[in-house]
Amino acid sequence: MEITVTHYVVLASVLFATGVYGVITRKNILVVLMCLELMLNSCNLLFVVFSRLYEGATGHVFVLMSVTVAAAEVAVGLAFVVSIYRQKESLDIDLLKLLRG
Amino acid sequence: MLALIVLAPLAGAIFNGLFFATGLCGKLTGTARHTSDRIVGTVACAAVLVSALLSTRLFLDLLSQNPAGAEPITAELFTWMLSGTLDVSFEFLFDSLSAVMALVVTWVGFLIHVYSIGYMHHDRCYARYFTYLNIFVFFMLVLILGNNFPLMFVGWEGVGLASYLLIGFWYEDSFRVYAGRKAFVVNRIGDFGFILGIFLIFTVFGSLNYQDVFSQLGDPTFVSGISQSLITAMALLLFVGAVGKSAQFPLHVWLPDAMAGPTAVSALIHAATMVTAGVYMVSRCSALFDLSPVASNVVLIVAAFTAFFAATIAITQNDIKKVLAYSTVSQLGYMLMAAGAGAYVFSIFHLVTHAFFKALLFLGAGSVIHAMAGEQDIRKMGGLRGMIPVTAVTFLVATLAISGVPLFSGFFSKDEILASLYNGGHTFFWVAGLVTAVLTAFYMTRLYILTFEGAARMDYKTKSRVHESPAVMTIPLVVLAVLSVLGGLLGVPEFIGESVGFHYTGLIEKFLSSSVVVHHGAEHASSHHFGHWTLVGFSVLAAFAGIVAGIFVYYRGQGKTVAVSGQTAEAVRRGSFNKWYVDEIYEAVFVSPFNYISGLSSDFDRSVIDSSLDGLSDFVRDLSRRLSALQSGLLRYYAAAMVGGVVVIIVILFIYGSMDS
Repeated sequence: MEITVTHYVVLASVLFATGVYGVITRKNILVVLMCLELMLNSCNLLFVVFSRLYEGATGHVFVLMSVTVAAAEVAVGLAFVVSIYRQKESLDIDLLKLLRG
Repeated sequence: MLALIVLAPLAGAIFNGLFFATGLCGKLTGTARHTSDRIVGTVACAAVLVSALLSTRLFLDLLSQNPAGAEPITAELFTWMLSGTLDVSFEFLFDSLSAVMALVVTWVGFLIHVYSIGYMHHDRCYARYFTYLNIFVFFMLVLILGNNFPLMFVGWEGVGLASYLLIGFWYEDSFRVYAGRKAFVVNRIGDFGFILGIFLIFTVFGSLNYQDVFSQLGDPTFVSGISQSLITAMALLLFVGAVGKSAQFPLHVWLPDAMAGPTAVSALIHAATMVTAGVYMVSRCSALFDLSPVASNVVLIVAAFTAFFAATIAITQNDIKKVLAYSTVSQLGYMLMAAGAGAYVFSIFHLVTHAFFKALLFLGAGSVIHAMAGEQDIRKMGGLRGMIPVTAVTFLVATLAISGVPLFSGFFSKDEILASLYNGGHTFFWVAGLVTAVLTAFYMTRLYILTFEGAARMDYKTKSRVHESPAVMTIPLVVLAVLSVLGGLLGVPEFIGESVGFHYTGLIEKFLSSSVVVHHGAEHASSHHFGHWTLVGFSVLAAFAGIVAGIFVYYRGQGKTVAVSGQTAEAVRRGSFNKWYVDEIYEAVFVSPFNYISGLSSDFDRSVIDSSLDGLSDFVRDLSRRLSALQSGLLRYYAAAMVGGVVVIIVILFIYGSMDS
């Protein structure tokens, strides 16, 4: 069976949907962050796939950019997680609702 | 110097006002209070004395310059309003009319200030009282010395303010506050007419300066260029102002209630000076009124009716100050009657003599009230002559003067008014004036007898405490009594002067002729059935008829209230006692409907406007409370909402995208 663009798109969609599901349903902040990464990387995958399909370099450049930004974002996000844990002694995301209207 | 006359009382008011503002007033006791009261009283009196001396000085200047006082003195302080053709400056004018008024206001005002030192002795708030009194004198001087209509209006409103403040001086008593408010509101109606008149004068003459307006009125070509009805309208609008300030029917209702103020205030403001502002204004605008026979007739009718009407009320009142209040209304009617008949000079003459004897009557009444420890009901007085002789004698002098007994001041001024009514062809109003004179003599005799003669009717406790007032109060009484006797010398008619070899006749007429319209000779010679002496005879007869009737009814009755027999007589007595129900009619016609409409609009405001706004705000608050539940603070919901939103957008794009292709 030949692996076509369709397979990649379906894979990326499944990854993205899994990420969305995880962000919405999971309680643990670390898991939520990991699901976010999942969504991000599914997009990266699509960039690369379409870049290959249209034989251009733009997609590759985008991926490199977004991976760099994602690394920075994770660094900041994990720092938040550590400080939240120090405050709350818990990683339950539902405890963080100080901005409730 | 002219400006100083006006500014001296203002300085006094500022000094005493600052003293009052320190809050010490009413808190000091013992010698500290004594000293502060002395300083406050002295400053207030000195301020008015300065004005009085300066105006006397200027008056003498005016006399020496020219026997007829033709050259008025003016002093411009600064330009007040300058806009287009409107040019109003803060300028004072001292001509013969202002001079007479200024002398009366400052000297009578000074005497009443001195009297007040004694009269208000027991009051906690000496400084406040004298502040108001000085403010009053200041504004009164602005009114009479101003050289244009807006300045007169400033003074006009200022004295109204001072009157309001002083009527409600004892503000702990809600009736006194109500009386002050009533005076203010009723005066507002008159002021409305006055200011409309000023507007009309400006549109017609293009200036508000006295000299500009009156010199244009003196120019026949200019006068024939404007319509007669315009002149009448101006005169009548100004007269509406005079009706309010001088308490003429139908706006007289505030003056009797104004007696709620301290008695010295009634003497100064509500008898001698402020209420005569209307008379002054009509005389000041004599050139205008003289050109409009219609307006003059309206003045005559209103004034004659007021004079008679108020006199009938005064007969049955039992409050010593109420009698004098209605007497004042009646006498103001007399003055305006003279103005309506074109005898402006004699209205000012009567204003002067009235200022003397009515101030004296009020101060005497104050002295009586002082002696009676606050009692004002003449049914509870009687027999006071032996106990307070100075007050009694001076009061008697004033009674004789106002009744028009020959040789007293009131005789001359009243007789001149009656004679000019008769000689002007207003025979009906002459008769009305005579009847009013009889009534005046009657109620004043009644007042004197019930207060000072007969048996003492007060209770033992009050009687044992009756005492003559201190010298600071009796000296002004004596001075005013002398003036009440001699004041008539200002205007001795020529024919009387000739027959007794008295050469200084018609002084006030000659003096005022430079600023007030004077009619020389009789215009209606055909109506002369009676000679001068016969007219005098009628006046004297009227005075004595009233006095004799009063003595007959009240002296023999030992001061008892007289029972009248017969249904008609009883109805008349009750009508008079209840002031002909004017207040009740106003209550029914104006006040109650007004209150009803106010109630309606208040209900509308509350039920429609307020409730719809409240409803709107309730709705918004409710909605936002519901919407705020959406902001749960939970990350998962925000994420879900974002996803949901993206899904919706994508779906929409798909639908529209497929439609395009």
